[in-house]
Amino acid sequence: MNEPRRNWNWLAGSQFFGTISALPFILLMLFGFVVPLLCVAWFGLMPAKSFSLLHAPSLQNYAFIFSQTYVKSMAWSTGLALATVVILLVLCYPLAFGLAKVFKGGATFVTYAIASSLFVSENIRLFGWVIGLMKKGVVTGTLGTFGIEMNSLLYNVPVIVLGMVYVYLPFMLFPLALGIKMVPDQVREAAFDLGASRWHVFRHVDLPLSMPGILIGSVLVFVLSIGAIAEAKILGGQSIVTIAADIETEFTYGQNWPLGSALSTLLVGVTMVLVFAVLNRIDMEKFLGRAPRES
Amino acid sequence: MIVTRAQKVGLSFYAGVVLLLFYFPLFCIITASLSKKRYFSFPYAWEDVTLKWYEDAIASPQVQEYVGISLKVAVLSTICSLFIGFFGALAYARYSWRWRKSFQKLVLLPLFFPQSVLGLALLMWFNFLDITPSWWTAVIAHTVWIAPIATLIMSIQAYSQDDSLEEAARDMGASRWQILRWITFPLLAPGMVSAACFCVLLSWGNFALSLFTTGADSALPEWLYARMTSGYQPIVPAVGSLSVFAAIALVCLVFGISARRSAHKVAQEGGH
Repeated sequence: MNEPRRNWNWLAGSQFFGTISALPFILLMLFGFVVPLLCVAWFGLMPAKSFSLLHAPSLQNYAFIFSQTYVKSMAWSTGLALATVVILLVLCYPLAFGLAKVFKGGATFVTYAIASSLFVSENIRLFGWVIGLMKKGVVTGTLGTFGIEMNSLLYNVPVIVLGMVYVYLPFMLFPLALGIKMVPDQVREAAFDLGASRWHVFRHVDLPLSMPGILIGSVLVFVLSIGAIAEAKILGGQSIVTIAADIETEFTYGQNWPLGSALSTLLVGVTMVLVFAVLNRIDMEKFLGRAPRES
Repeated sequence: MIVTRAQKVGLSFYAGVVLLLFYFPLFCIITASLSKKRYFSFPYAWEDVTLKWYEDAIASPQVQEYVGISLKVAVLSTICSLFIGFFGALAYARYSWRWRKSFQKLVLLPLFFPQSVLGLALLMWFNFLDITPSWWTAVIAHTVWIAPIATLIMSIQAYSQDDSLEEAARDMGASRWQILRWITFPLLAPGMVSAACFCVLLSWGNFALSLFTTGADSALPEWLYARMTSGYQPIVPAVGSLSVFAAIALVCLVFGISARRSAHKVAQEGGH
């Protein structure tokens, strides 16, 4: 706005204060995130079953991983995560559209109602499904009174997907709603006025303009569900083994930290490639609000 | 006009169905917690409704211990996260500095990350530093995950507020520190309340991080998980329901306060 007032001192101060304010966060990330991850990556290169970081590095853990069934659990995890993303995109798009464009006061209510669920531990919510779907549970028992006898609906792959879709719905819904909010109404109206069909408007206006939201939601859900541990155990029983469960086993019963670390490094590698690809394409400032005026 | 009336009704109906399904598991938990039988079966008779399991849950010293640990972790990691998040939000949204864009990406990184892996990375790091994991290492783990969320919430708050007050103060010759102390902080303080609410509840419910970083101590979600995977026990839904009620109470309290404050503000502004 009033440009001339900004002298050199002010800018220098901005630089200084910005750095100082960011410092606590950066230190936290350094010691609580970056270094521990480097530690994992390095541990993955240590000989199997050792607990020290001081051996000569080698790739034998990785060779072992690719010769075993770990590839299968990685494939299961990836498949489950992809299925969750696709189902959530289809389920959430209409709802997000409603939140962003159609519902007025109702949108706040729906937002609070769904966001509040995040405050209940996902274990408890998943256990709710167990009670609903187990033999003589709420769903099966109710069907039973209508004469439809049913065994437990638990412990299979579709139920695990249901659990993931359920737990990660808010992480898809809210980015999508923010993304759809970014589509200006005038553009849609202009497209309609020019004779575009509903499908054309969706395909050529809504979809490209809300793409940041779609991408952020999808990546967030994918990353969270590929590392998920509770869904497959609580709802899936022993039906499949996910990569996160494999990693946990190596760190607990297996007592093979280097192998667990190598598995974690692979998992992190896959997710980080995706995350960086997406975050580099999106301007977070546009997404969350506006850029600050002083610059 | 974006949608027709029929479409609007359809969308509202859809939202209602999603919400119902969304709260269905919580309904199940509460239903199960009220059933007298040791092995839950649905439907059950009115005579079988009991609060016995709640009494058991509240009286259980084990549950009390886990609740205590969860609370300690939640409160401490919230305090740390608010401090880091407040300054983080200034760097994110208020000051323009050279590495701001990179900083904004750094803030998102821990959120786009498998939590279980983060938990065990910290476990190994603590092990390497020769620190025995206990509840306070969980505080660090929770802070690593919650501080970015606090930063984002307060940044959104900072974005949504007009910075003309700060500009005016600057024009009148206030120093950076004075602006921070007398203008930015009071403006962002209401945002801190909702951020604090978020932080406490997210830490309270967190499982994946606690699983690896609490060591010999155990947080409530861990205990519940251990019980859930080893067969049905009626105390589990009772503790779960109690935790749900506590969350609802906290949410109502915070929204109540903020609604009252904004009503107050509207009344004041209307008066002038």
